[in-house]
Amino acid sequence: MSARKLALAVALSAATMLTAISAEARTLRWARSGDALTLDPHAQNEGPTHALNHHIYEPLVMRDRAGKLVPGLATSWKILESDKNVWEFKLRQDVKFHNGNPFNADDVVFSLQRAMAPTSDMKGLLTSVESVSKVDDYTVHVKTKGPNPLLVNNLTNTFIMDKEWSESNNVQKPQDFKNKEENFAVRNANGTGPFILVSREPDVKTVMKRNDNYWGKSAEVPLEISELIYTPIKSDATRVAALLSGEVDFVQDVPVQDIERLKSTQNLRVTTGPENRTIFFGMDVGSKDLKTDNVEGKNPFADKKVRQAMNMAINRAAIQRVVMRGQSVPTGVIMPPFVNGWTPELDKAPAPDVNKAKALLAEAGYPNGFQVTLHCPNDRYVNDEGICQAVVGMLGQIGIKANLVSQSKTLHFPLVQKNPPETEFFLIGWGVPTFDSEYIFSFLYHTRDAKYGSWNALRLSDPELDKKIESLSSETDTAKRNATIAEIWKKVQDETYYLPIHHQMLAYAMKANVDIPVDPENQPKLKYVSFKGM
Amino acid sequence: MDEALSPVPASPKPVSWAGGFFDSDLWISFKRSKVTVIAAIITLLFFLLAIFAGLVAPQDPFDPAQLDLLNSRLPPIWQEGGQAPFVLGTDDQGRDIFSAIAYGLRISLIVGFLGVLFSAVLGIGLGLIAGYFGGVTDAVIMRIADVQLTFPAILIALLIDGVVKSVLGNQIDAWTILGVLVFSIGLSFWVQYARTVRGSVLVEKNKDYVAAARLIGLPAPVVMLRHVLPNVLGPVLVIATINLALAIITEATLSFLGSGMPPTMPSLGTLIRIGNDFLFSGEWWIVAFPGLALATLVLAINLLGDWLRDALNPRLR
Repeated sequence: MSARKLALAVALSAATMLTAISAEARTLRWARSGDALTLDPHAQNEGPTHALNHHIYEPLVMRDRAGKLVPGLATSWKILESDKNVWEFKLRQDVKFHNGNPFNADDVVFSLQRAMAPTSDMKGLLTSVESVSKVDDYTVHVKTKGPNPLLVNNLTNTFIMDKEWSESNNVQKPQDFKNKEENFAVRNANGTGPFILVSREPDVKTVMKRNDNYWGKSAEVPLEISELIYTPIKSDATRVAALLSGEVDFVQDVPVQDIERLKSTQNLRVTTGPENRTIFFGMDVGSKDLKTDNVEGKNPFADKKVRQAMNMAINRAAIQRVVMRGQSVPTGVIMPPFVNGWTPELDKAPAPDVNKAKALLAEAGYPNGFQVTLHCPNDRYVNDEGICQAVVGMLGQIGIKANLVSQSKTLHFPLVQKNPPETEFFLIGWGVPTFDSEYIFSFLYHTRDAKYGSWNALRLSDPELDKKIESLSSETDTAKRNATIAEIWKKVQDETYYLPIHHQMLAYAMKANVDIPVDPENQPKLKYVSFKGM
Repeated sequence: MDEALSPVPASPKPVSWAGGFFDSDLWISFKRSKVTVIAAIITLLFFLLAIFAGLVAPQDPFDPAQLDLLNSRLPPIWQEGGQAPFVLGTDDQGRDIFSAIAYGLRISLIVGFLGVLFSAVLGIGLGLIAGYFGGVTDAVIMRIADVQLTFPAILIALLIDGVVKSVLGNQIDAWTILGVLVFSIGLSFWVQYARTVRGSVLVEKNKDYVAAARLIGLPAPVVMLRHVLPNVLGPVLVIATINLALAIITEATLSFLGSGMPPTMPSLGTLIRIGNDFLFSGEWWIVAFPGLALATLVLAINLLGDWLRDALNPRLR
């Protein structure tokens, strides 16, 4: 073979290889500890559910990898000069749903109204909305009950569905999750997002393929993944083994004990960072008597001294060091530092003091402690079961015997969400997508009613507190609003309604050819992923 | 094992307990088999450990107040960083592994014994009835047994466990769970007893002593329990011994799968499940020692059961 021919052959084969690479099917296999609870976008306001749905559906406004608000299905938004109570959204044109239906104002009006329906879990974010109306095909007006300058922040997880698709499949109303209802949208989806749902087996496997007509493809959003396979793997060891053996490419919930080992493994990459989420315990403070305790005719949790004693019995530093291996930030407030209203003073946890806690318990009339059942998820938060066990031990030291029931989040969360709740002492975590305290108050402290308090399992009902919380959504004077927020925090912190443990740190582990930074909302946003090298 | 050593005669002929036992074929065959002697000693040691756990163990691992997080994940004492009194190291909650094994062994053995007892009583009862009465009763009971035999026992145990727990709701404590485990293990193992007993009853019921008992007008339950039952117990004892090992393994499997004992009151299976999460992070002792304990115990009981089966089998003599 002559030199020229050889060069030609090399060039040809290189060219074919290049085309092969660009057209190559790139699969990313993604594993985490638990599955999304449902695909119905408005049925559950829960982290892993949103994290999966963000790949299929899109909201009007979304957050980029840095947490900054960026245009989603709306290109611009503003409060009208003529009427401070109206937000105007200009919608993106030429966007199609996965089934080919065009996206327009009707879909937005339909979706926002659906998200405000009684069975929706997103309604707590839209309590200030009075009505949603279409102005023209690509303009929508959202009228609020008073001026609400923060409304846009509440929309980052409120997904837009296709009106025609929803009507023809009879899913105009969100699934009633806590009563175990099923509808078509639970296992099927039709969004505008970067990936199209191919198949879904809850708790087993969800397969998505690339949406080749995605509007948002750009240099920053390369959308290189052609197939996305999402597999929940509950056992920590199995999940890590799957990554080590190459069965999955990306693990979202890396067990803290394995971070060091994964870091030192070749061809693997580990990223860590703080999550916008706080882990805490809550207890029934409102009932006259507890069902699971051994105290007759009284509710020990209703006594502030008991709650303070429990708060004091918890050694947060030990949990951080031992259970979390450093991957957490101990705290005294159920608000991540990202959030408006956070102060270092609020964040300070009481120093653990077993003797003082015992004295407080005795003062409250329980010198020998009492018994109660503690409910805990075991596949939701980083080392959730380990935290519960540790706290059971710490409470045991002051005489409170907690019987631990730890189970999957699909069994745990309904206990908290049912009305009335079916748990009297529980662990949950709370992230704040709006980055504002109001979100925490209206879900976790406000009396549970048609619109508010859907995660308030404390049976807490304080009309005065409720009034203050409701005033936040229409207060336009920022200084005044922040003063009210501070006032509310002072009150609820003084009452010790929840027992905060820590802000969660996250670790992702992946093959070295991708780089997925930890997302503060723990939504990995895989459309940003690009593959490096071969 | 106590039961294995106790002299249940295969023949109806009564033997005088102490002197007769040491002269019996059973004792001689036991002494001759070195493996069996070792297995018996190991089993006995495990039983003593479980019974006297409170005296031997430095810590009560079921009392959360005795656990200190600051002692968590200590390696065994012979490794660097190991601390007295944690001979075999500690787990992620500061639980002493040795104490946890002793107490967990107790839970595993309680579940095993009660499960075997429950399945034996159920199986023997149904087997006696089926064999003695025959006909439709026999057909119905034995067909149910046949159907159940087509499923692996662990599946049935999982199923019963799941159903009972969803009926009881989630307000259940550790002792109730223990009861559920006994119930589900018992229900999944009764078939073997029923089939064996029925077979033996079919042979025995045509013998003269049974006919005699019937002739003098004794009611059926008395004939079954006083006359037939003692003569079919030999094979049952063998099954019970082997099933004890099986029941312990089943309990461990259920607990490993997360539907057994809760982590605050761990059995051996729960300990292995907890330790399994630390396989990759270098804390091998959390899973290794409970696993070793379980394997040794089950092997020893199985060896005893095998020996008993051979010793009581007249054809092998």
